[in-house]
Amino acid sequence: MRDGWSPYLGGFLTGLLLIGSVLATQKLLGKPHYLGTSTAYVRVAGLVEKAFSPKSASLSYYQKYIPRVDWKVMLVFVGVPVGALIAALKNGEFRGHLVPERWRESFGPNPVLRALAAFVGGFLIVYGARLAGGCPSGHGLSGMSQLSLSGFITVAGFFIGGIPLALILYRRRR
Amino acid sequence: MELFLGLLTGLLWGYIFQRARILRFEKHIGLLTLKDLTILKFLLTGVIVGAVGINLLAQLGWITYAVKPTYALANLLGGIIYGLGWAILGYCPGTTGGALAEGAFDGFFGVLGGLVGAMAFAHTYDFWQAKVLSVGHLGKITLPTLLHAPVLPVALVFAGMLIVFCLALERFGL
Repeated sequence: MRDGWSPYLGGFLTGLLLIGSVLATQKLLGKPHYLGTSTAYVRVAGLVEKAFSPKSASLSYYQKYIPRVDWKVMLVFVGVPVGALIAALKNGEFRGHLVPERWRESFGPNPVLRALAAFVGGFLIVYGARLAGGCPSGHGLSGMSQLSLSGFITVAGFFIGGIPLALILYRRRR
Repeated sequence: MELFLGLLTGLLWGYIFQRARILRFEKHIGLLTLKDLTILKFLLTGVIVGAVGINLLAQLGWITYAVKPTYALANLLGGIIYGLGWAILGYCPGTTGGALAEGAFDGFFGVLGGLVGAMAFAHTYDFWQAKVLSVGHLGKITLPTLLHAPVLPVALVFAGMLIVFCLALERFGL
């Protein structure tokens, strides 16, 4: 399929994956693992930091999220990229580029500008997600599926912050 | 077993993400500029399936919840910071690695920024905990507890509303 799957099919399968994952981890690990991604960054960041400065392990946040390779680190840093790579190769859709087309339309082809922006954006999404306690997976998918109030407030915040800035940033087209 | 399950779940999720176009910069910016709602449809369908399945299985006693506590101010503020980063990066924490695997090399800088963002949060967590996390700290509450209503009917009504919303999107060609 040249245009890929319908988002409704993808979302449906993701809902089933959430249910299946919670069931499997509850039965096999004794504790449910809901889909979520941003704590994986904390675990890896903690591991990196510990390699340079062992003192960092005493930070209260690294006591709360002990730096280690856990279920989520495998999910986010190994599973998703490899799964995406298989899908892209299998369908002949791997296309190497540094500047996304839509970014280029508004900001031009400068790769340094795009790399810097991606770094800043990446910083903000993980910093914000950790302050909020989760990302669109943890608060959005898993949180709203559990009808959790924190999920609804956080998802509202994603759009309150994201929509106005995107409308300003991408208004201009070259 | 924990690591294997994380890997397996990630592989499936990465495959779904790639096929449903959830890794694409254009789709994320399309949502935030209200031009292309692919990612919203994907997320909401996941929540529809998840809300019915998770609550049903929890009521049957097969699984337990993992509700994230509500810290109203931190949820909202963190959500907004996330939204700002989302508009700049055009990926989310779970999809950045997948985007990179599909050939979007700017995702590498997004992951790097995310790891530095996680470190920065670990070093500033005590401040947020002292000043912000206590504001609107309501604990692990959900819509059914807020509404004093039984869980399954609330989940079904919520899922029904999302289905109507998605049908309306299609009806109006959005």
